[in-house]
Amino acid sequence: MTDTRQRSFEDNDQKPMGFGRMLRKEDPRFVRGRGRYTDDVQLPGMLHLAILRSPFAHARIVSVDTSAAAALPEVKAVITGADLAGLGLAWMPTLSGDVQAVLATDKVRFQGQEVAFVVATDRYVARDALELIDVEYDVLDPVIDVRQALAEGAPLIRDDLDGKTDNHCFDWETGDAGATAAVFAKADVVVSQDLVYPRVHPAPMETCGSVADFDPVEGRLKLWSTTQAPHAHRTLYAMVAGIPEHKIQVISPDLGGGFGNKVPIYPGYVCSIVGSIVTGKPVKWMEDRSENLISTGFARDYIMRGEIAATRDGKILAIRTNVLADHGAFNGTAAPVKYPAGFFGVFTGSYDIEAAYCSMTAVYTNKAPGGVAYACSFRITEAVYLVERIVDCLAYELDMDPAALRLKNFIQPDQFPYMSKTGWEYDSGDYEPTMRLAMELAGYDELRKEQAEKRTRGELMGIGISFFTEAVGAGPRKHMDILGLGMADGCELRVHPTGKAVVRLSVQTQGQGHETTFAQIIAEEIGIAPADIDVVHGDTDNTPFGLGTYGSRSTPVSGAAAALVARKVRDKARLIASSMLEVSVADLEWEKGSFHVKGDPGTAVTIQDIAMRAHGAGDLPEGLEGGLEAQICYNPSNLTYPHGAYICVVDVDPGTAVVKVRRFIAVDDCGTRINPMIIEGQVHGGLTDGVGMALMEMISFDEDGNCLGASLMDYLIPTALEVPDWETGFTVTPSPHHPIGAKGVGESATVGSPPAIVNAVVDALKPYGVRHADMPLTPSRVWDAMRGTAQPPI
Amino acid sequence: MQVPAPFEYARATTVDEAVALMGRFGDTARLIAGGHSLLPMMKLRLANFDYLIDINDLHGELGFIAVEPGVVRIGALTRHRELLDSAELAGVFPIFRDAERVIADPVVRNRGTLGGSLCQADPSEDLSAVCTTLDASCVIRGPLGTRTVSMAEFHRGPYETAVADGEILTEVRFPVRERGGSAYAKVERRAGDWAVVSAGSAVWLDDGGRIADARVGLAAVGPNTTGIPEISATLRGEEPSEQVFTRAGEIAARSCEPATDQRGSAEYKRHLAAELTVRTLRTAVARAARGEA
Repeated sequence: MTDTRQRSFEDNDQKPMGFGRMLRKEDPRFVRGRGRYTDDVQLPGMLHLAILRSPFAHARIVSVDTSAAAALPEVKAVITGADLAGLGLAWMPTLSGDVQAVLATDKVRFQGQEVAFVVATDRYVARDALELIDVEYDVLDPVIDVRQALAEGAPLIRDDLDGKTDNHCFDWETGDAGATAAVFAKADVVVSQDLVYPRVHPAPMETCGSVADFDPVEGRLKLWSTTQAPHAHRTLYAMVAGIPEHKIQVISPDLGGGFGNKVPIYPGYVCSIVGSIVTGKPVKWMEDRSENLISTGFARDYIMRGEIAATRDGKILAIRTNVLADHGAFNGTAAPVKYPAGFFGVFTGSYDIEAAYCSMTAVYTNKAPGGVAYACSFRITEAVYLVERIVDCLAYELDMDPAALRLKNFIQPDQFPYMSKTGWEYDSGDYEPTMRLAMELAGYDELRKEQAEKRTRGELMGIGISFFTEAVGAGPRKHMDILGLGMADGCELRVHPTGKAVVRLSVQTQGQGHETTFAQIIAEEIGIAPADIDVVHGDTDNTPFGLGTYGSRSTPVSGAAAALVARKVRDKARLIASSMLEVSVADLEWEKGSFHVKGDPGTAVTIQDIAMRAHGAGDLPEGLEGGLEAQICYNPSNLTYPHGAYICVVDVDPGTAVVKVRRFIAVDDCGTRINPMIIEGQVHGGLTDGVGMALMEMISFDEDGNCLGASLMDYLIPTALEVPDWETGFTVTPSPHHPIGAKGVGESATVGSPPAIVNAVVDALKPYGVRHADMPLTPSRVWDAMRGTAQPPI
Repeated sequence: MQVPAPFEYARATTVDEAVALMGRFGDTARLIAGGHSLLPMMKLRLANFDYLIDINDLHGELGFIAVEPGVVRIGALTRHRELLDSAELAGVFPIFRDAERVIADPVVRNRGTLGGSLCQADPSEDLSAVCTTLDASCVIRGPLGTRTVSMAEFHRGPYETAVADGEILTEVRFPVRERGGSAYAKVERRAGDWAVVSAGSAVWLDDGGRIADARVGLAAVGPNTTGIPEISATLRGEEPSEQVFTRAGEIAARSCEPATDQRGSAEYKRHLAAELTVRTLRTAVARAARGEA
C-alpha cells in the first residue's frame, strides 16, 4: 500500500481511539517554544562548568598548573585528574566493561579528551578561565591509521590497563568458518570486495549537558541530563559515585535529538556531579558544538572485507566477512555484554544461504571513544551496508539485475521463524511483496529503460536497491544485558476516577513522539482517547525501571509493556463491569471503551463509569481492591525483525561528478503501524541521515590526530536541498510475539538507505567499469572512482 | 554555546566615526558588518579582537546599488539578499544572481555584505571571484581621504587585503561595457558549503559576434581568487566555439594552484577549473549574444 501524499489537519480532528494518523500531542509545546531542555534548567545559585580538553591526540601529562585560573574571584573550583584520583573518580566504567578517564591523569589519548574543569559564576568566566590553566604535555606519536594499530612498534595507547602490550581491544567471531570455507570452495562464483564504513557523528541539534544539584544535608543528587537511558545512568552513578541509588534522581527533560549520541555516560556528566558536591551549589555543564563533535560518541568506523559465494545462475550460497573495527581510545560501545560487535551478526541479510562466517578484530586508536551511536541498531547499519553492497557486487559480476538477484534469494514466508546461519531467529517476514511494491512505486522497468537510453547519450543515471532486515527491540534478558542490567522495560498505568489516565514509561523520547504513540497504544487497548492520557517519561523518580530508548527498542519492548499493562487494567475493569451490570464475566463483551452484556448492546458501562466505580463508594466484587491501575515489567521473548525495500535514483554530472539524488522510494514493513504519520516522519529523518552518510558525512583526522570535523562547517550534514521528495509505502507483516504485532522502525531508514544510495551511484558509474566506491561520495571521490584512482577513506 | 573571548563593542553611526574609531584602536579592532565569518571565528577563538566596531548602522550610507552609464557602483554594506534581489543588477551582470543563489543560505544572505565578503579575503569566497571576473575596483576610505585599488591589488594573500588599519572599504565599482554577458558556476559538497571550485566568466562581443574581450575569475584554487590574463589574451578576437572554450579551460586548469583538502584533491580541482571555465564561458557568450548582458 502507498501512503496518501495529501494530508490535512482533519486527520487530527478525527482523533483516533487507538491506532491511526494524528498530529503529535507534544508538538504544540515545541512549535510554541515551550519545550524544556536541560539548558533551560535554571536553579538559584547555579554555577557553570567548562572543560579543558586536550589539544593533542596522544601525550603524557607532565604537569597541570591551575593557580591562575583558581585565583579569579568568580572561579569557585578548578579540578584536575589528580584531584579526581584522590576521590577515586578519575576513571569510570564504560557501558561495554572497559574503563574511560573522567579527567586524564597520566596521558591524553584523543584530541578533545577531558583534562580539567572549571566551575565559575557564569559560563563566560568559566570558559575564559580555561585559558589560564597551564598544562605541560610531552607529545607522543599517535595511532591514527587503524590499519597500523597492531603493527610492530605501534605506540601503546592503553598502558593504563595491566599487562597491556598492544592496541588490541577484542576479537570476535560468529558463524561456522569451516562450513563456510567448504561452500566457498565449491561455488561457481566468488566475489570479494573491500568496504569502508567511515566514522560519522550523530550531531544531534542539542549537544550534551547536565545540571547537577547535590544536597549535602540529605545526601541527595538531582541530575538533569541529556540521556536516552535515565534509569541505566542512575544505576551506574550509584555504582560509580557511591551515592545510594534511592538518593539519586535522574531527569531527562525534552531532548533535542539523540540518535544514540546520548546513550553513554560522558565525563562531563560526572564532572558536573563532582562540581556540585565540591561547591555545594547546583552546577550546569553544556558542551558546545565543537566539543560534541570531537569528544562524544561517534558511529561506524568499520573496515570490512566482504566475500560472497554463489552459483553461476545467481543463487547465493555463503557470505563471509572480516572486519577491522576502530573503537577509539576507550571501548565506549553500549552494546549488550554478549555482543561486543552489537548485532553485526545479522550480516547475512534477508537471504536464505547455506553458510556464513565473520571474524572481527577491534583495536584502540587515538580517537574519541564511542561506537554505538547514530541510529545504528547496534551495528546493523554496518551489517546491512556490507551485505547489500556485496550482493550488488555479485550482480555486477554475474551481469544480473540486482532486483532479480535479490528476489531469487529471499528467505521465503514459509521459512519463518527463520534461524539464520549466525544464530538469529527472524520472527517473521514476507519480503517479495515489499520488494515488488517498491519496484512498482519506482516504475523500475521504466527506470531501467530510461537509464539505457541515457547511457547511449553519455548521461550518467543510476538505480540503487537495498533490501534490509533489521533486528530490533533488545532484548530477551537471558541473552541481553548492559553491565548486568537486563534489557526489560517497565510500564505503569493508572486510570483516574474521571476516566482520564496516566501512563509511566521507562523509555525516553528524543523526538520520536512517544507522548503520542504510547497514548495511542493505551487508547487502542482500553478505549480512552489519546488526548485524555498523560504520558510520563524521563524522570527516574516518576517512572518504572527500564533500559531506555536506543536501538529502535521503544515500541518493541516498552510498547509491548504498554499494551500489556493496559490489558491488565482492562481485565480488572471487566470484573468491576460484571458487578456493575450484575452479569457474569463470561457474559460481557468488550467494545473499545465499554463493556456490554452479550446480545444487549444497550446495557453497557464505559471505562469512565468503571473508573469512577473503582474509586467510588459503591461495592466492588468480592476480594477486589479499589483503584484502577496496574504495572508490568516486560521481558521480550525475541527481537522484532522489520524489513524494507529501498530504491534510489541518482543522476551524476559527468563533467563535475556531482551526485544528485533524484528520487527515493522507501517501502517499510514494521508490522502493525501505530501512527503512520510518526512512522513517515521517522523514515524521512532516517533517509536524510542516509543521504548525509552516503554523500558527505565523515569524521576524519590528519596524521597528527587532529579532528577535521570539529564544526558544522567542516562536518557536513544534509539540508533540504540535498534530499528529494521522499516517496514512501508500506506493507504489514505483524510480529507474532509482540502483543500488538509492532516492530521497531526508528532506525530502519538510517540502516537501509546508505547502501541504496551508494548502489545507485555505483550503478551510474557502470560505464566507467566501477564496481565499488566508498562513502562519502563527495564529488571529488566520485571523480576519483570514475578515473579508477579511488582510495579508501581511512 | 561557543563562547568568544572578552571584547568591547562600539557602534558607529557615520563612516567618519567608524574611520575615527578604527584609527584610535588600530589592529586591536575589527569592523563587524554581517558577522557571519567573523563571529564564528571569534567563537572558535581563532580570531580575538579587543574591540568590535559595528557598522550596521551605516547601511543608509553604504548600502546601495547604483547602475549608471558605464559603471555600476555598489556600497560595501549592501547585503547578499539585496544583490540577489536586484533585477537591475542582474540585467547588467547576471553573474551576481548566479553567484548569490549559491552563496551560503538565506540567513547568511540576509546579513552578509559585499564589503565583508571582499575584506574577509577567503580564497573560496564567491563574490571575490565575481569582482575579479568583472574587473572591479575597490574604494577605500581612511583618515587621509579616499583611494581606489583594483581587485588584483586588493587581495594580498589569504585573509589579507589592501585595507590598512584605520581604513574602511566603502564601495566597489564595476565598469560596464557594450554587448557583454556573464555567468557563475560553483561545485560544492552541499548547499551552503564553501566552493570546492567556482568560476566566473564575463565576455564582451564585437559587432561581428567575435569575442572582443573576456575575463575568467576562479575561487578556491589559490591563495586568492584569481583572474587569468592568459585566458583573456587567448580569447580576444576569437569566434566563440566549444574548441575555444576548451582551450580557455585548459589554461585555467594549468594556471591555478589548488591544494588537496577535505573538499577535494588538487587534481580534481584543476579538472573543475577547466570544466567550470568552459561552462561559464558558454553561458556568458550565449547571454551576450541574446543581449541579456
